Amino acid sequence: MAPILDIKHLRKSYGPVDILKDINVSIEPGDFLVLVGPSGCGKSTLLNCIAGLEPITGGQLQIAGQDMTHVSPKDRNIAMVFQSYALYPTMTVAKNITFGMKVRGVDQANQQAKLKEVAELLQIDHLLNRKPGQLSGGQRQRVAMGRALVREPALFLFDEPLSNLDAKLRVEMRTEIKKLHQTLNASIVYVTHDQIEAMTLATKIVVMKGGVIQQIGTPAEIYNQPANLFVADFMGSPAMNLIPAKVARDGGSHRIEITRPGEAPLVLSDPRPLDLPGDVIMGLRPEDIAEAGFRAGAQVQQASCMVDMVEPAGADTYVVSSLGGRQVTARLHAETSARAGQPLDLAFDLAKVSYFAPQTGERLN
Amino acid sequence: MTDATYVSPLAGQRSTSARFGRIALRAGLYAMLILFALWYLMPLFVMITTSLKSLDEIRTGSLVALPREITFEPWRIAWSQACTGTQCEGLKPFMWNSVIIAIPGVLISTLIGALNGYVFAQWRFRGANMIFALLLFGCFIPFQVVLLPMAKMLGILHLAGTIPGLILVHTIYGLGFTTLFFRNYYVTIPQELVRAAKIDGAAFFRIFWSIFLPLSLPIIVVSVIWQFTQIWNDFLFGVSFSGPGTQPVTVALNNIVNSTTGVKAYNVDMASAIIAALPTLFVYVVAGKYFIRGLTAGSVKG
Repeated sequence: MAPILDIKHLRKSYGPVDILKDINVSIEPGDFLVLVGPSGCGKSTLLNCIAGLEPITGGQLQIAGQDMTHVSPKDRNIAMVFQSYALYPTMTVAKNITFGMKVRGVDQANQQAKLKEVAELLQIDHLLNRKPGQLSGGQRQRVAMGRALVREPALFLFDEPLSNLDAKLRVEMRTEIKKLHQTLNASIVYVTHDQIEAMTLATKIVVMKGGVIQQIGTPAEIYNQPANLFVADFMGSPAMNLIPAKVARDGGSHRIEITRPGEAPLVLSDPRPLDLPGDVIMGLRPEDIAEAGFRAGAQVQQASCMVDMVEPAGADTYVVSSLGGRQVTARLHAETSARAGQPLDLAFDLAKVSYFAPQTGERLN
Repeated sequence: MTDATYVSPLAGQRSTSARFGRIALRAGLYAMLILFALWYLMPLFVMITTSLKSLDEIRTGSLVALPREITFEPWRIAWSQACTGTQCEGLKPFMWNSVIIAIPGVLISTLIGALNGYVFAQWRFRGANMIFALLLFGCFIPFQVVLLPMAKMLGILHLAGTIPGLILVHTIYGLGFTTLFFRNYYVTIPQELVRAAKIDGAAFFRIFWSIFLPLSLPIIVVSVIWQFTQIWNDFLFGVSFSGPGTQPVTVALNNIVNSTTGVKAYNVDMASAIIAALPTLFVYVVAGKYFIRGLTAGSVKG
């Protein structure tokens, strides 16, 4: 199938400052692409370039098989939902939703039919005669989505649409957006700085930093095989443990040595056929360190570690221990007997370990 | 805040004296405000009472005394008989001149100012700040400086001494302020609104007309009051660029007061001055509420 959005070698600079460097992304129809990264990474600029609201400095951009590099926003067959919703303050909800159709000269009967359809889908039919100022945050969000939906575009663009909502509503709307994506099978590009939003919504994630794409992949790929230290650290909460370690060949396997304060080093052994240098950063998710006896698997190895801190979080209990000069978090079951200041047997799942080069930060395995 | 339950025995006394102090302060404040109001209203009082007196009474009575016998004759004379030079038709024809100068002048400068402000606030282009600064410069140029070049310009355009000429002058010199008003108002409107409208397919004028103008009532009122007051009260441009028959009311008022021979008709002068000032007073009373609101109006929520 032809990609619905195809970006090749896109560059964007303001004067001498490069905001986006050599961006290459493409998505298939029905894909939910999430652009994620810290603020200032260029994700919103990229979205605006796709929308045509910002001219691009170099490269090519195709939407639904057509070259849109220099086409004006209204002719790109897109619809956009903005962070501040950008509802027209003096127009009623109905007028807000139909404004685009009115501008395009769609006839009245058609406008009303579409309006009715979208209002029912989003359950805002009772709000149609209100002004945006009389709506709650969640309702405004729905109206903004309604305005995008009536367009029936080839591509939806969302610019941090949930960041103005409170935590509870955000989770609700997140589910709604996901449901909407599934019912309509729409193609979406969605910008967020929230990595949980990225994980829950996306079929494909682009992690960005400093105007450069760090990794493109499915949520599982990004989570389990981060391409570098930045992605490893950025995605996941609590963050992936990144532990400096020394590696030595030991027959077919690698002997991994992690220093500990006031104790003998922690020694683990990775039997996977790898080619590792002497110094590595070992990346291990908190859930891949469990209490001994609660984790099964061929590569699970146990070691006794001193517990520095215990943080019960309801469903889980987090235990912090000092390894390799870092505070390492393990995610244990809620009823753990771990006590701060006492040693505890921990199980490390080496099958899940990622290795990174300390200098470049690139993934090694 | 911490020991809210504990009330010291002294607290009652203290609060009584505090309340007394507050009342005294309030009273002093009102006394001061009333004093200032009287101070400002005094001339108006003298004008109104004088305009209702006969000349005899003005000669014999005190300036601040109420009229013994009220007469509207000076008002009638001021409106339709007072002499402005050789012509003796009162203020009536000149009032009309001022109206047909002020109304187009206000509307055109407000509309162009709105469009300018819209561009400066929402369609920023290279050098926009520079041009805006230059435009603001127009607010601070003393009008005497531009009299000669403007006279030359009007001559070239064949508008010297005509009503359209005066409309043009007032429109141009009003643009600095109207642009400033609208630009500062539109700057508070999020740029995403324009972006959303662009994606909806609306272009420059459509966005202005359908989205920005409907939001602008408070600032339109500010601009209209400001411009109307400026144009109506203008004397310098009026006296410089008008010809016989196109003079605005301010110039006529000056002529009534300065061109009388023999006994000075103070009552007619006062009545004329009040008549000339009534329209601006009227506009302010009708729309003044919006004026304050428009000047303080900040962000547009929604």
